[in-house]
Amino acid sequence: MDKNLSLYKNVWVFAEQRQGKITPVVIELLGEGRKLADEIGVELCAILLGKDVKGMAEEVISYGAEKVYVADSELLENFTTDAYTKVITDAINEIKPEIMLLGATHIGRDLAPRISSRVNTGLTADCTKLEIDPEDKKIKQTRPAFGGNIMATIICPNNRPQMSTVRPGVMDKAVKDVTRKGEIISLNVRLTVADIRTKVMEVVKSKKEMISLTDANIIISGGLGLGKAEGFEMLSKLADKLGGVVGASRAAVDAGWIDHSHQVGQTGTTVKPNLYIACGISGAIQHLAGMQSSDLIIAINKNSTAPIFDVADCGIVGDIYDVIPMLTEELNNVEDLMKMINK
Amino acid sequence: MKILVCVKQVPDTTEVKIDKEKGTLIREGVPSILNPDDANALEEALVLKEQYDDVTVTVVTMGPPQADVMLRQCLAMGADDAILLSDRAFGGADTWATSNTIAAGLRKIGNYDIIFAGRQAIDGDTAQVGPQIAEKLGIPQVTYVQNFELNGNEVTVQRQLEDGYEIIQVNTPVLLTAVKELNQPRYMGVDKIFAAYKKEIPTWTMADLDIDADQVGLKASPTKVFKSFTPAPKGKGVMLEGTTKEIVTKVIVQLKQKHII
Repeated sequence: MDKNLSLYKNVWVFAEQRQGKITPVVIELLGEGRKLADEIGVELCAILLGKDVKGMAEEVISYGAEKVYVADSELLENFTTDAYTKVITDAINEIKPEIMLLGATHIGRDLAPRISSRVNTGLTADCTKLEIDPEDKKIKQTRPAFGGNIMATIICPNNRPQMSTVRPGVMDKAVKDVTRKGEIISLNVRLTVADIRTKVMEVVKSKKEMISLTDANIIISGGLGLGKAEGFEMLSKLADKLGGVVGASRAAVDAGWIDHSHQVGQTGTTVKPNLYIACGISGAIQHLAGMQSSDLIIAINKNSTAPIFDVADCGIVGDIYDVIPMLTEELNNVEDLMKMINK
Repeated sequence: MKILVCVKQVPDTTEVKIDKEKGTLIREGVPSILNPDDANALEEALVLKEQYDDVTVTVVTMGPPQADVMLRQCLAMGADDAILLSDRAFGGADTWATSNTIAAGLRKIGNYDIIFAGRQAIDGDTAQVGPQIAEKLGIPQVTYVQNFELNGNEVTVQRQLEDGYEIIQVNTPVLLTAVKELNQPRYMGVDKIFAAYKKEIPTWTMADLDIDADQVGLKASPTKVFKSFTPAPKGKGVMLEGTTKEIVTKVIVQLKQKHII
């Protein structure tokens, strides 16, 4: 790292891609990165690695990147820690960004610590809020710790770049505009086969259900109020539509309607997704303890005095078999619905 | 074959309560435990020890003297040796400085084939120290390991992704971070507990490690805690009323505002 901090300029976003597709969190990083860059008065740039990535570079520009640094090589086709660390570290040392944002994905959280360790700078994990100090223009990074019981705001005063991984699903997405113009700059890739010590043999896609409850951003959970095992099929349709997973209360598990691996609560799994929809769950204290730190809780129950309503952001007294199918259906028409409302 | 396992003693965060008046964490009475992912890391090392004759398993931690209890738990699970890296100078370190200290400890042990660590600790949830140690030791890493096989000096692992996994091959020496899907950690062996409590656990301080004072602890840490606070308690929300169609529309507006859809 260069000790002269004034040499470091601009906000960089790591444009993570998998199998030729930009990872969704990148759009959020570009949305957030734009705000940060405007507040400091610098450029928003992206760094994109892969094989045949030109099309993706243009996509990143359409989301607001003014410059895209591109490393195009056969050796970068799959993500490997060694190759990506080397190329990005070389670029950081040469071009010197002041801020670097990566998605807190399984790739970002593998790569970012390795880069920060090599360039000798600080890294803040899994941030949920970023802001620029109006006085010194440095970044303040806020993140949850102690299982979400406490929030910490972290600074990186004397090292550059200031690096963060950012939790997916939290920041505002950038708006696409294909008329935007930007510069695509090719990086000189100094990489050989010998630099890459891990070999990716195969990438296996599995079904959504494989994702554990703890990692899920969206959980649709069912309880005794479902009345029958088939109710979970209905929840599963909604979960698929939202890209979430299905959870359950202990009562529903005990009734034999769903496997224990889906159980939320003190004897099951503690979760804190962005969205938790509780369907027909009355809200035993153990269940509440396992889910009440979720960001947005929506509860649907026939009984208006159910304790679940005490922790819910939105409560609905009604029949799940009316609300859930209609919600699932209406999610197909979100754009029309929003237009109608905004009129 | 020499296997090192990096472990951390953590407060059981599921037992942490908030003092609602002061807005601070109540840590009193909260049990200290072996970090859950680290138990998976240790378990995988112990499985190898059972499979092969020449395997030794050494657990290493950085922490206060009280971490001794956790190290003895690791010994009672079946580890051969334990080392405690402990010095006031190491305190207050961020992940960058922590990994300097631990890497120096691992280097002093030397000649390792595999280093196992947990994916992340439940108090900080950063998942950074494992990869940062690997970088400082100059060895390859694979994180989020959910399946492990060894063939000579070649390791084949499944690395967990959000929507599946990748199969990765790498030669030793290598650092691997374990997720809970990797295995089911064993309990302490009743026959091993007595020996575990009698065993001598060396403590290595600054003086024992080949590392400069400006590389460790709070002062060496690039990141600083500017402030910490407890999230505002969540009050009771709103009840949505109207026809099912109106209610569903309100829900969708909420989801849109919160960027969920």
